Amino acid sequence: MSDGGGMVDGGGGGRPERVDVRKTYKLFIGGKFPRSESGRSYPVQNSNVALASRKDVRDAVLAARAAVKGWSGTTAYNRGQVLYRVAEMLEGRRDQFVGLGVPAAEVDDAIDRWVWYAGWSDKITQVYGNANPVAGPYFNLSAPEPTGVVGVLAPAEPALLGLVSVVAPAIVTGNTVVVLVADTSPLPAITLSEVLATSDLPGGVVNLLTGRPTETGSWLAGHMDVNALDLTGVTDPGFGTELERAAAGNLKRVLRPPAEPVDWAADPGIGRMTAFLETKTVWHPKGV
Amino acid sequence: MFEYAPAPESRSVVDLKPSYGLFIGGDFVEPGDGGSFKSINPASEEALAEVAEAGPGDVDRAVRAARRAYDEVWGPMPGRDRAKYLFRIARIIQERARELAVLESLDNGKPIRESRDVDIPLVAAHFFYYAGWADKLGHAGLGPNPRPLGVAGQVIPWNFPLLMLAWKIAPALATGNTVVLKPAETTPLTALLFAEICQQADLPPGVVNIVTGAGATGQALVEHDGVAKVAFTGSTDVGRQIARSVAGTRKRLTLELGGKAANIVFDDAPVDQAVEGIVNGIFFNQGHVCCAGSRLLVQESVYDEVLAALKRRMAQLRVGDPLDKNTDVGAINSAAQLERIRTLTEIGSAEGAQRWSPPCELPARGFWFAPTIFTGVSQTHRIARDEIFGPVLSVLTFRTPAEAVEKANNTPYGLSAGIWTDKGSRILWMADRLRAGVVWANTFNKFDPTSPFGGFKESGYGREGGRHGLEAYLDV
Repeated sequence: MSDGGGMVDGGGGGRPERVDVRKTYKLFIGGKFPRSESGRSYPVQNSNVALASRKDVRDAVLAARAAVKGWSGTTAYNRGQVLYRVAEMLEGRRDQFVGLGVPAAEVDDAIDRWVWYAGWSDKITQVYGNANPVAGPYFNLSAPEPTGVVGVLAPAEPALLGLVSVVAPAIVTGNTVVVLVADTSPLPAITLSEVLATSDLPGGVVNLLTGRPTETGSWLAGHMDVNALDLTGVTDPGFGTELERAAAGNLKRVLRPPAEPVDWAADPGIGRMTAFLETKTVWHPKGV
Repeated sequence: MFEYAPAPESRSVVDLKPSYGLFIGGDFVEPGDGGSFKSINPASEEALAEVAEAGPGDVDRAVRAARRAYDEVWGPMPGRDRAKYLFRIARIIQERARELAVLESLDNGKPIRESRDVDIPLVAAHFFYYAGWADKLGHAGLGPNPRPLGVAGQVIPWNFPLLMLAWKIAPALATGNTVVLKPAETTPLTALLFAEICQQADLPPGVVNIVTGAGATGQALVEHDGVAKVAFTGSTDVGRQIARSVAGTRKRLTLELGGKAANIVFDDAPVDQAVEGIVNGIFFNQGHVCCAGSRLLVQESVYDEVLAALKRRMAQLRVGDPLDKNTDVGAINSAAQLERIRTLTEIGSAEGAQRWSPPCELPARGFWFAPTIFTGVSQTHRIARDEIFGPVLSVLTFRTPAEAVEKANNTPYGLSAGIWTDKGSRILWMADRLRAGVVWANTFNKFDPTSPFGGFKESGYGREGGRHGLEAYLDV
């Protein structure tokens, strides 16, 4: 982080201490880094962080929807490669996250989680699909497909591992996401978006909005072009209920806030992937 | 020429009581705080029986009975023994199949040919299929230690009364849950006969409870605090209400809701087979089918040929007495549903679509609607967007496969779709792109207990049938 770096004469005839370049923390929508349309920001760790508005939520949903066709249409092999590339980029920026205050062990777990989910891309269909032995002369297969655009309220803690653990399972199967980052710990999220932007991940697959989820959550939950909602980061039960009700408008698939504290370091299982999958069953007669 | 000779199935196999109580804790009991209502034969408007209407207190009694059975008997019971009860039930359904089929046709209005050859055999098959899962749940690939949820509150529709009961009860019991089920108010009778079958199978009291009633009874059930799992099949509007009402609870929810399926016919499809598929897609069960192929998309180059063949085939459909073994299209289930079909078809005409029905004599009494097609339908017409849930087909056209996909997916629903073409690679290309839970290629309206069924988008969520159907009733 910045040391507050004013200009100081190093003295002794050496190089003067340089003035550092501070980062402007912006939103991540459609692969670009716009400021909030509202022009608002709030201070975090001596930086100004964008305060996303309703319009930003809509822009992010548009970007996520536009990315669905390409991302879900790519091969599972390719999606796995892209996710693995994210892990590579994350590994390269390990110290940057540590510098933001993320514990080194958490950064390592987050990198490993990307790798873990990357490997699922071409396996989940085999584990979660079926050949169905129907009582008749028919070929019948069931296979999972992405549900589309998933809205995510990310957990505040652990800031990086929690975020990675909700984003990676949603996108590895071909969904795209609009993530409302918890307002208390946005800097690792924005830095993660810089990782994603340099990882061959198509723009719009992951969209990250900083600001106050209590303000933007209801717009996301009620948006008619969002297919599913992950409420893992919601800690206020009343707010969770409000969002779940709003989600019923177009029958979004809802992953509720966890009933008990989550052990983020544990094996996540396949539940976070299957929560945002649709099973499609195809029949065809057998004949000559 | 031959004279038409009806071939009526005998009603004598059905022994209806004048009135039925609620099935709670293994016995038929009188409602404590409810009244009663009549179940009507929609083909004759005669009252078949007086049925108890469960009030909130009755629903509470049923949930408590189910909870007790879950805690004391069904939960602790080894899976292999639960399986044996389900196998018993499946066998009794097979043995009493004709009785169930006749009663289903009497209460629902569907042709005996369908209740006898489709509904009831599938009911038995469902219980057989899930019986076999009861002692193999750890091998289902859903996690190392799958556990039941508790009491399942289940609300089912009137279009396939006993089959929807089987889709709900068989997986719930196999996974170790107990059940309170509310059948639809216009078709409660086979569920009550199923309650007798549970007694006959010596199923422990309280494992299955049947509470009859209308919307208020269903609402009391899904909102009851003692219910851990809600499963609903019915309209998208009610599904939305239920999703709102369980918000903020820990109740698990699966919804199987409406549809507006596209049945897509390409110019290389064998026309006669496609026409059989179109007819089966929309006139099966009077079109009272959530996955009905209610939007026909025909490739422009074969439009005239397909329409002519379809009209010829429709002219052969026999509409009338559901108990006549020759009947193809039976009675509309209720006066209310008939009214809805009439309203939407009138809107279809008013919006400019052309209506056609074959010459068709309808019985004087009962609720009837002739098989109907609308041509000249555009995507914005109400009859191309709203679920009519009757024997009414909207015909649209397309030129390219990409256009067919766009039109097929241009609906908030996503339950099913049909593809008719001789080209295999086109089937797979289409199947990839159609946003629907079930895709029938060169067939339509096929069901099987091993085959997952359920929707994308506003057709609901969760799957019934197959290995996936276990997931809705397990904590993994």
